[in-house]
Amino acid sequence: MKKFIAQSYLWLLLALLYAPIIIIAIFSFTEAKVLGNWTGFSTKLYTSLFQSGAHHSLVSAIENTLIIALISAVVSTVLGSVAAIGIDRLRGHKRTVLNTLNNIPMLNPDIITGISLFLLFVSLGISQGYMTVILAHITFCTPYVVLCVLPRLQQMNPNIFEAALDLGATPFQALRKVLIPEIKPGMISGFILAFTLSIDDFAVTIFTIGTEGLETLSTYIYADARKGGLTPELRPLSTIIFATVLLLLVVINIRAERNRRKEETLR
Amino acid sequence: MKDSNYIIEFSHISKSFGEKCVLNDVSLYVKKGEFVTILGPSGCGKTTLLRILAGFGTVDEGEIRIAGEDITDVPPHERPVNTVFQRYALFPHLNVYDNIAFGLKLKKVKADEIETRVRKALKMVGMTDYEWRDVNSLSGGQQQRVAIARAIINRPQVLLLDEPLAALDLKMRKDMQMELKDMHKSLGITFIYVTHDQEEALTLSDTIVVMSEGKVQQIGTPTDIYNEPVNAFVADFIGESNILNGKMIRDKAVEFMGLEFECVDEGFGENAPVDVVIRPEDVYIMAHTDSGQFEGVVQSCIFKGVHYEMTVLTANGYEIMIQDYNAFEVGQTVSMIIKPSDIHVMRKERMCNKFEGTMVDATHVEILGTSFVCNEVANVAGGEKVLVEVDFDKIELMDNKEDGTLMGDVRFILYKGDHYHLTVRTENNDNVYVDTHDVWDDRDIVGIRIQPDDLRITFV
Repeated sequence: MKKFIAQSYLWLLLALLYAPIIIIAIFSFTEAKVLGNWTGFSTKLYTSLFQSGAHHSLVSAIENTLIIALISAVVSTVLGSVAAIGIDRLRGHKRTVLNTLNNIPMLNPDIITGISLFLLFVSLGISQGYMTVILAHITFCTPYVVLCVLPRLQQMNPNIFEAALDLGATPFQALRKVLIPEIKPGMISGFILAFTLSIDDFAVTIFTIGTEGLETLSTYIYADARKGGLTPELRPLSTIIFATVLLLLVVINIRAERNRRKEETLR
Repeated sequence: MKDSNYIIEFSHISKSFGEKCVLNDVSLYVKKGEFVTILGPSGCGKTTLLRILAGFGTVDEGEIRIAGEDITDVPPHERPVNTVFQRYALFPHLNVYDNIAFGLKLKKVKADEIETRVRKALKMVGMTDYEWRDVNSLSGGQQQRVAIARAIINRPQVLLLDEPLAALDLKMRKDMQMELKDMHKSLGITFIYVTHDQEEALTLSDTIVVMSEGKVQQIGTPTDIYNEPVNAFVADFIGESNILNGKMIRDKAVEFMGLEFECVDEGFGENAPVDVVIRPEDVYIMAHTDSGQFEGVVQSCIFKGVHYEMTVLTANGYEIMIQDYNAFEVGQTVSMIIKPSDIHVMRKERMCNKFEGTMVDATHVEILGTSFVCNEVANVAGGEKVLVEVDFDKIELMDNKEDGTLMGDVRFILYKGDHYHLTVRTENNDNVYVDTHDVWDDRDIVGIRIQPDDLRITFV
């Protein structure tokens, strides 16, 4: 009985968590304009999503989102990794100060980050558009990369960088051949985190996107919802994004499991 | 030193980390092909010395030459040395082969030559057929072998080893010691080996450098260091020993434990206070007889495998450690003899504490960064430079650190048969030497107090 209650609690929780996305997925396979009306099975929304011209602004918003996310994730991974290596070299007081300085932007509400970046760009006279959105995204993604890379550096045997120098590597070669391979897993998870944070962001984006008609997915949906009712094509789009993420997660988990087994058999 | 026989000339090196002086005017000259061990307790500066040789640390003062070339400011990757690290420091993302080939690949050596040299290095360390293994799957001993192979494949002029066996278990350590010695012979390169294990140092080295507190205490062959230690620290650190206060009556006659002994040492002058070292295996112990030099009662007797280790309390109150193949019962009265050649006499490093200080006023003197109450001194205005002497046994140590005029921690304990001679490091990094009958432990925090009567003040 106890086990049954525990089990049903778990399933109830999972159902509540996944209900919204499952409902969207189900209703993406019908034509009704209003969510909740079932007018029979159809894949029309999927085909019209990919029809050229039909939903030009939605497709270009998706493109913008992905490009912005890719550029800011790449740049913040590089910046964050370099910063982490620097912080790892510090000792004592300086290290604590820098760690705190790195944590503050993450705890700071996005809305504050957005407003302050907006004011900064205005006061510097930078016209807002692609560039400002990317700069803003790099700003809030970099601390997360630092947070992903730093533990890898701390776990590392502190002598291996010196060992590389000792064997004749220049500091740059030692960085490339020893340090970077060692922190690569941290850099990859930092990159993934930065990428998803960038796709997800609304608060900072809306303040830095300007008035030139540039839209990302989040600002597009926001504008669309305010116009009255969501475009029905958002249902298949959400479903596709969810399915992609699900697939990615499954692949990552399978790989991790395989690596773990491989290591176990080696021991 | 312009002698080209030396592969390493390490001249007058000093190094401080902040306030703390880690190396204090250290000089070391190493001949080509020598096996030199740097031996000392943790924190004596031995690892810093090795890191400076490898190029991982800079020096504040001094000059380092390798094969006659000044390398003081040469970065590590351009030095003709390779290091074996204590915690192996293998590259976890590379397999055994790529770890060992790392240095050669950087030097752009041809692939087929790399392959033959890697196989040769693996054979040398007894790891043939391991080349494609993941380094994380190897045991500690195997990892250390790979680390050695990775270093020697580059044919360095000097191989630096930083406590390479410290992380291995006893049996493995003994095996590896022998292998290292063989490797040193067949490679013919100079080995600089850092360890805190005196037995390891005696087993492996051609030359031992004993270090303490950032200073070289003694340089010599293992036999020299063992038989002729220059001071009480070396005598205590290397092997077991009885260290006693003594007095050189005249040449070839020394007094200790209240008795006069014949010895072989000369040139100390008459009635000179000395330290006497007697190794526990050099005291001949026998059942009570009239032909012994002195008598005592056995206090304890422990079987140590090959020999028995006994403590004997002599008639006039000295505790002596003795090692012998025969056991004597606890409580038994025994006689003992020490041969003249087995008595090692050392000049005393110090007779009493000497502190430089300043008069604060007529009844206060500042020494060791603290103001002490002293007996009234006439004609003092304050600010006069003085020398203050305090006898070892006049310094009081207190459990409760707040009770003392200043605080310190016990750094070095020497048992002198009937009392302990302690080195206490104060908060301001000064050393205070104390004779006491109380038992203190290493690193005990103590309060230090000196009575006004015991401060002997002279103006300088």
